[in-house]
Amino acid sequence: MRLEILNSGYTFGTKVLFAFIQLASRRPVPDAAKLVFYRTDFYGEPMKLFTHEAMRGPSAWSVGDRELMAAFVSKTNMCEFCIGAHTATAAGAYHDQARVAAVLSNLETAPIEEPLRATLRMLQKLTREHTVEAADMRRVLDSGVSRAQIEDALAVCFAFNTTNRLADAFGFFVPGPKGFESGAKYLLSRGYK
Amino acid sequence: MEEKRTAHQVLVTRVLEGDGRASRAERHDAFDNATLIEPLHGLISKVAKHPTLITDDDVAAVKASGLSEDQIFELVVCAAVGQATRQYQNAVAALTVAISDEGS
Repeated sequence: MRLEILNSGYTFGTKVLFAFIQLASRRPVPDAAKLVFYRTDFYGEPMKLFTHEAMRGPSAWSVGDRELMAAFVSKTNMCEFCIGAHTATAAGAYHDQARVAAVLSNLETAPIEEPLRATLRMLQKLTREHTVEAADMRRVLDSGVSRAQIEDALAVCFAFNTTNRLADAFGFFVPGPKGFESGAKYLLSRGYK
Repeated sequence: MEEKRTAHQVLVTRVLEGDGRASRAERHDAFDNATLIEPLHGLISKVAKHPTLITDDDVAAVKASGLSEDQIFELVVCAAVGQATRQYQNAVAALTVAISDEGS
């Protein structure tokens, strides 16, 4: 990563944890994990709490839907690391790689439910243009999405509009498919805590 | 939803108001994508609006200007959280208007 402190500036306890993770997964510790383990009190702990609540907390959206939103926001931001990580996690959550690939390829023709499509459309506009209007929200509500579901989707969007920026700014290493699959298994079993 | 809003506020308050290596004023400026001295302003502005365009040279230039890596870490985090927060708050406000219009 572009800051040396994010490569090697960890406490002894964290270095031991990283060694254990590396041994258990037989893969290098992903840079996303390194980021949240650096000076955890400043960013890692509060961000992990928010992200876990958004991605695994109570919601009418399934885990697969929320991981798909994460992948879709990351695709809109063209964040290579997060596209790979959350495409693999969404595919694992749904047990359906084709569904995720179809949405990322063309939202308008993908075989998904209309409420999810309307929500993703709104998240795309918010991510791309940084702003949405009441009319955009009315279209999502009219598709059958509840206010609580929109609020939940906006929380996912916040988490990944933050993380995408940090991945690009700090220069996260982009692993291959096996690295992403390993990360997806971890996120599906442990979440973001 | 209350849990998410609370967790978001905790994050924002921590990065802006808690202890840090960069001053609180600098963290607020990075969060707001306000005018900062160059080359820091160029980096912060890219974090907010064009993160895929950030290069090794952008970060190296800020380091060469005298900021420590910990200061850069904090200011980049503030810039990312700040831009995502503006989007989040804009969308929540739009949703509130849409719901209120439905009820009227």
